[in-house]
Amino acid sequence: MSADTDVEVLRRQGRIVVVGASLAGLRAAETLRDQGFTGSLTMIGDEPYEPYDRPPLSKQALLGRARPEDTALPRRRDIDAEWRLGVAAAGLDRDAKLVRLANGDTVPYDRLLIATGTRARPWFHPEEAALDGVFVLRTRDDSARLHRKLAGAVSRVLVIGAGFTGSEVASACRELGLDVTVAERGPAPLVGALGGVIGAVADRLQRKKGVDLRCGISVTALEGDEVGRLRRAHLSDGSAIDVDVAVVSLGAMRNTEWLAGSGVAAGPRGIACDAGCRVFDVNGIVTDDIYAAGDVARSPHPLFDYQFLALEHWGNAVEQAEIAAHNMICAGPDRRPHLWLPMFWSSQFGVNIKSVGVPSLGDQLVVAQGALAEERFVAVYGYRGRVIAAASFDGAKWLGFYEQQIAAGAPFPPEYRTVDRRTETLHPIDPAFPDPHLPTHGATVTLTGHSPSERRVAFVPAHA
Amino acid sequence: MTSGTLVAQITDYANRADPYPLYAELRGTPVRREDDGSYLVSTYYEVRSLANDPRLSNDTGNRPAGYARPGQPAPESGLPPSFIFTDPPVHDRLRDTINRPFGPPHSPRFLDGLRGELAKTVTELLDAFEGKDQVDIVEDFSYPLPVTAICRVLGVPREDEPRFHVWADALASSIDPHSGEDGGPEKAQRARQDMGAYLIDLIETKRRHPGPGILSALAPDMTPADLEATAVLLLVAGHETTVNAISNTTLTLLRHPDLLQRFQKEPELAVPLIEEVLRYEPPVQFVPWTTALADIDIAGTTIPKGSPVWLMLAAANRDPKRFQDPDRFDPDRKDNEHLGFYTGIHYCFGAPLARIELHLAVPELFRRVKFSGLLEDPPPYRANAVLRGPRHLPVAIEGLTA
Amino acid sequence: MPTTVWTERRRLRSLRDRGPRRERVQMRLVVDLNRCQGFAQCVFLAPDVFSLHGGEALLFSPRFDEAQQDRVEKAAAACPVQAILVDYSDEPTKGVKPHVG
Repeated sequence: MSADTDVEVLRRQGRIVVVGASLAGLRAAETLRDQGFTGSLTMIGDEPYEPYDRPPLSKQALLGRARPEDTALPRRRDIDAEWRLGVAAAGLDRDAKLVRLANGDTVPYDRLLIATGTRARPWFHPEEAALDGVFVLRTRDDSARLHRKLAGAVSRVLVIGAGFTGSEVASACRELGLDVTVAERGPAPLVGALGGVIGAVADRLQRKKGVDLRCGISVTALEGDEVGRLRRAHLSDGSAIDVDVAVVSLGAMRNTEWLAGSGVAAGPRGIACDAGCRVFDVNGIVTDDIYAAGDVARSPHPLFDYQFLALEHWGNAVEQAEIAAHNMICAGPDRRPHLWLPMFWSSQFGVNIKSVGVPSLGDQLVVAQGALAEERFVAVYGYRGRVIAAASFDGAKWLGFYEQQIAAGAPFPPEYRTVDRRTETLHPIDPAFPDPHLPTHGATVTLTGHSPSERRVAFVPAHA
Repeated sequence: MTSGTLVAQITDYANRADPYPLYAELRGTPVRREDDGSYLVSTYYEVRSLANDPRLSNDTGNRPAGYARPGQPAPESGLPPSFIFTDPPVHDRLRDTINRPFGPPHSPRFLDGLRGELAKTVTELLDAFEGKDQVDIVEDFSYPLPVTAICRVLGVPREDEPRFHVWADALASSIDPHSGEDGGPEKAQRARQDMGAYLIDLIETKRRHPGPGILSALAPDMTPADLEATAVLLLVAGHETTVNAISNTTLTLLRHPDLLQRFQKEPELAVPLIEEVLRYEPPVQFVPWTTALADIDIAGTTIPKGSPVWLMLAAANRDPKRFQDPDRFDPDRKDNEHLGFYTGIHYCFGAPLARIELHLAVPELFRRVKFSGLLEDPPPYRANAVLRGPRHLPVAIEGLTA
Repeated sequence: MPTTVWTERRRLRSLRDRGPRRERVQMRLVVDLNRCQGFAQCVFLAPDVFSLHGGEALLFSPRFDEAQQDRVEKAAAACPVQAILVDYSDEPTKGVKPHVG
């Protein structure tokens, strides 16, 4: 009788609990059923909605092309699960193998998948955050509220933070014909993710589309009137602007607080797991029965020095969830590693921005195809003489090639002749990432060091 | 089975009816050097990778001396190549311009607006089957429909349509690698001149009196030479490819009576069936006009800079490493990411028009016509190895419903 | 094996496999915008459901009604990178306990 009969029993009649009923949770559930799991499946989600897609919330939903309630995700198949929606997980008891819910219920598991994702970072000052007219954008409810507000009479929208979400919100507002001011602490939009060279293109694009873009500026205070409505924003250069809507786009916080005291390696940077998505405990020992996937997870990637990467990418949620689900119900040798090459998109101001790899690890950049001035190009990033990432503005068809270059560790700079190579951009330049010691919220890829345990992390940027 | 190099055999007319065993042999060496230094690539992942590789050029002007340069106009003509034979940035500028009145983002509903007229054409063509016990699917159906469609897209007057048949055929042969035998290049030159003269005249008329179709819309934005080259490309492509898709669909269904029966009970099978025909019998069998701009490492070998590269789409579409049971015609196939319309930036410009035509033509043909069977199998094929399809497809029919 | 955008799409079943069409008023779709390369074949075939912003950025309507079903199926079949997932499951999200935690 081999120990693998455990897996057989698990597959037939085990209890699997998924905490987090969004994209990662749903895709994991579908994969479990597809791979032959016939035991009990419980989906727990803190929002009272079945899994829904978030990317349309900053685009179609704000433009009125889709209602936030229309974003429910299509399913690949039936999943035959018990759903506990509208109730948050509040704690984890690893010895008893159960999840404690906020309403006091407990849910026992044989295997647990943590896919609790992230939430929007709120505005720093709670009283200001509570003003009528101040929004974050993460959930379907957020999107519904914001859309309703934007559809009414609005004098000016202030977007705080020009990362991807902030830029998309600004884009949607401009498309709606609204006046928009964007306040960005860094030197340009998107600098955390793509660096200042590309940021300069994004800067120009926003201004061309009529955004009042202010970089190197932070918002110091939001001021309301006597009935609690937002009226004015104060900026770090001493100026102030009249605004009645502010959208706070200062990045995301990982939903790991509920795991405090449980003994798993969870903290503000996420939950550490191995390349097979199994969660580490605080001592750096991998658990047998707890897995993580999606925005909340951080796992080591061989292509990037085995650094633990925490990705907020849609594609990562899908791929990692599928790997985690597969690995949960199979024996050791059949497990697969999560080696997915990070990739990302953003639609804003009529441009399709995409990236593959980890641009923020890059120490050099070359514009391999097209031209920055045309806002249509492919930029390639190098790290210690190897291609590490590529980013395109309206150049998606070329990225498959650069994916291959990254996976092969191809030399950088690329010295071969290509189509659309402009001679003026042949020399590698510094991609101009902001000093990592300065706060930046733009990055949706976080390099979180080489240690599974938060307590031992001391990330030092590898800039030459 | 003929003898000679694989390329010679593939282009040999004797193998036109069934080149697939040759393609299978070709796949044995995925990236295969020919004696003249050209490379034939015949497996799916390799073809797809190269077609998306920025080191691969569509501009045969980049080829070293001594190699054929399909797509390059005669230097004395002073004409530019059409956009399919160019690289970015020129390619992107041209294609974006031509796309403005044709498709999204500026004209997303232009083709949709043609559906009514195309449906009417399908009806009329089928009505003409009344009383017949035998028809030639090519002459009586597959050919007339795309001709009407492309003339409607361009804005060519209906009465001028018959003139294009001869010109288009001659021009299509100019991209066929071994078309020299029947006076191909000279015939093509003459056809190009005649078609060019006609088009210059038409474009000038449209500049003065704008009308429907994209030639009118483009006249202000393009040089007459570029517009003429574009019109020639779209006319040839519009004439010589979709016809084969329709003929191949008919031929394949009649060769699979069980599927034909099923299709008649499940008309919604049309959509995946059409995609499967595009995989199984792609109208463009291979792309012989690309060139490596740099050394390319692939499949354990290196294609040296300057080498002509032939991408064998029909072979790649039957690659067992990508498609399970690839020689089985299976409309239920999942993951049918075929290369029938190519891939990358040169993905077929006319694909949406072809699909609209196929979605209209195929279900109606099989809904209304009761087929008794193929009268000639294999049917006689057109000479062209690249734009491969039956020249005639005689079928016996028993009846026509309304 | 690291994923490239060209590896096989794990498509489990299509709408056609469900047998006779069930009665539905609205259906759902999502596009994998990582795979999407802006070929826009979907926009040509179902312009009420798909649109392009600029030359390449795709915007889709995540919900569509029965009148669009044929077009959406054609659009999904035509996608050169098979990036469109149309609703398969009819399964209601049963056992929902709506009290907020």
